[in-house]
Amino acid sequence: MAEGVLEIDRISKRYGTVRALHEMTFDVRAGELFGFVGSNGAGKTTTMRIALGVLAADGGEVRWDGRPVDLATRRRIGYMPEERGLYPKMKAREQLVYLAQLHGMSAADARRATDGWIDRLGLDARRDDEVQKLSLGNQQRVQLIAALVHEPAVLVLDEPFSGLDPVAVDLMSEVLREQANRGVPVLFSSHQLDLVERLCDRVGIVRSGQMVASGGVTELRESGPVRLVVDGADADWATGLPGVRVVATEGGRTTVELSEGADDQEVLAAALKAGPVKEFSRLRPSLAELFRNVVSEQGAS
Amino acid sequence: MTTSRVIGLVAGREFTTRVRSKSFVISTLLILAVMAVYVVLFTVIGKGTTAKVGLTGQATAMAQPLTAAAEHLGKTVQISTVDNEADGVQQVRDGKLDLLVKGPLGAPTAVFKSTVDPVLQNALEQQVRAQALQALLAQIQQPASVLNPVLNAKVTLDQLEPPDPDQGPRIAVSLITGIVLVISIITFGTAVAQGVVEEKSSRVVEILLATIRPWQLLAGKILGIGAVGLIQVLVIAGVGLVLARTSGVVDLPTVTVGTVLAALGWYVLGFFLYAALLGAAGSLVSRQEELQSAVTPVTLLPTIGFVVGVNLLIPNPTNTISTVLSMVPLFTPTLLPARIALGVAPPWQIALAVALMIASIAVVTWLAGRIYRNAVLQTGGRVRLLDALRSS
Repeated sequence: MAEGVLEIDRISKRYGTVRALHEMTFDVRAGELFGFVGSNGAGKTTTMRIALGVLAADGGEVRWDGRPVDLATRRRIGYMPEERGLYPKMKAREQLVYLAQLHGMSAADARRATDGWIDRLGLDARRDDEVQKLSLGNQQRVQLIAALVHEPAVLVLDEPFSGLDPVAVDLMSEVLREQANRGVPVLFSSHQLDLVERLCDRVGIVRSGQMVASGGVTELRESGPVRLVVDGADADWATGLPGVRVVATEGGRTTVELSEGADDQEVLAAALKAGPVKEFSRLRPSLAELFRNVVSEQGAS
Repeated sequence: MTTSRVIGLVAGREFTTRVRSKSFVISTLLILAVMAVYVVLFTVIGKGTTAKVGLTGQATAMAQPLTAAAEHLGKTVQISTVDNEADGVQQVRDGKLDLLVKGPLGAPTAVFKSTVDPVLQNALEQQVRAQALQALLAQIQQPASVLNPVLNAKVTLDQLEPPDPDQGPRIAVSLITGIVLVISIITFGTAVAQGVVEEKSSRVVEILLATIRPWQLLAGKILGIGAVGLIQVLVIAGVGLVLARTSGVVDLPTVTVGTVLAALGWYVLGFFLYAALLGAAGSLVSRQEELQSAVTPVTLLPTIGFVVGVNLLIPNPTNTISTVLSMVPLFTPTLLPARIALGVAPPWQIALAVALMIASIAVVTWLAGRIYRNAVLQTGGRVRLLDALRSS
């Protein structure tokens, strides 16, 4: 069933008494960009580290292509850790060729792939500079190449957009989309929710080591109780309607929340009865609002 | 991808980046320069071993017998005749002569600056006594043969153990070998620790460990750096051997290619033991600045073993403490070669020490691998040794 799918299956991890992950479960399908969002400390990095075998899980399994991920599979994963790092005193090209070889490429293939990416990302003039002598932006490019140079079958990127300038953000988005189009499952975490919303096919929201919501962006935004915005009718028209709760009123605009089974057409009829309606629409929360709701639920629980 | 290819790649990177580094080239050249200076100094000073004796007045007659007597006592003398006594004294003052002999043959006076070579003094005294005896015999009109009983009287020497004519040079060789081994093991062992911290502090270790296993990374690092060290030791040993043989600084048939090969073997064993320990120590800290405190306790060990052992060895090569210490794996690589060079280590001890070392390398590598695996990804503070050993 799981051709090319990266499956995170009920992964748990404790650090002493702290529960870092509790049965974390989700999957990233082939050719899909999956955005991983959550507060700091929610467990995103721990999940990725476990997927890469850098950390051992207490329980659960990570599978790719239907089989548990082992060292041979991990070589085919492209990884960008949260803590960026390369050998500071090694030349950019030499270092990338080395990393590509560690991922199983022959020396010739490694050089070819490295040169291709160096060209593509405009690092040609800097290829024989020590990494520590590169500008921050160029270091980030080298770091991205390090994750991509071995033509990975899976991409796992921890905060790939953090600290990038707008041009680099566009470049990174383009590269990630291109990789997904190659059929690669791409998992990345980010705090830039607008970016995730725009870029990702699906997102997963993590809280306290658990996946609390995951799905397509549209799907998620339409999940939860239906909210409607009605502009035009005077206040009070909605009070007393069965299954309808007024959430907010602002001038002529009223936001109502429908309980399950309530009919939006009845709400419209009631509003029209009270006066002319200039706007009647379904309110879809942005990913940021969804995220805030999830976080506030955490505060409540 | 096979394990050997992974380790080979890691070792290859360590090797090439280090051999090409300025610090390696400079340190190797520096060591060679020190050796060359030593040889030059030794050769210059070595010329002073020929004693320059000036003879003046009647004493000029003793040129031949004095040379013979001194040579018999193992001293080369260069005799010159000085016309003027005052001139001769001045030459002694200036250091151009070691000794000026003047006055009558039977009771000459030897003028020297501040110290006199006892061998030279002895030769002179023999000379004077022979003169006196000859004069006496002539006076009582007896043939020289009456002296035969005197000449033939001797103490019978009963030697329990044959002397080692090479004792001095052997000590020199054992000291030099030991010092080179201590320095090389500490230098390149510390380089392993620095390499571990470099990867940890630059965080590149996380990318690496997402691809290869911790023990493969540590093993590759140790092999690569060990090979760099081996090359340096090889260069030092090779150049040292050539210098020693051509200049005669160490006049010794026992300094052979075998000695050098054995030293390389001890370097390899000692390096593996200490590199594993130091690599583990390095993984406990996160920054180069913290490294010193973590590695110093380990790097002191080979020095202590060497200094204590050798200080006991030189006065008494067969002392028990040195023997026991040289069997302790942490001290073996720096102490046992000294004992072997002195010729006081029986083969069974060497075999036992090598076996113990190999066994302890296995144990230490396993322990170090465990510490490394647990500590290498923990950044921030310093990891406690017990925590690193405990967690899996």
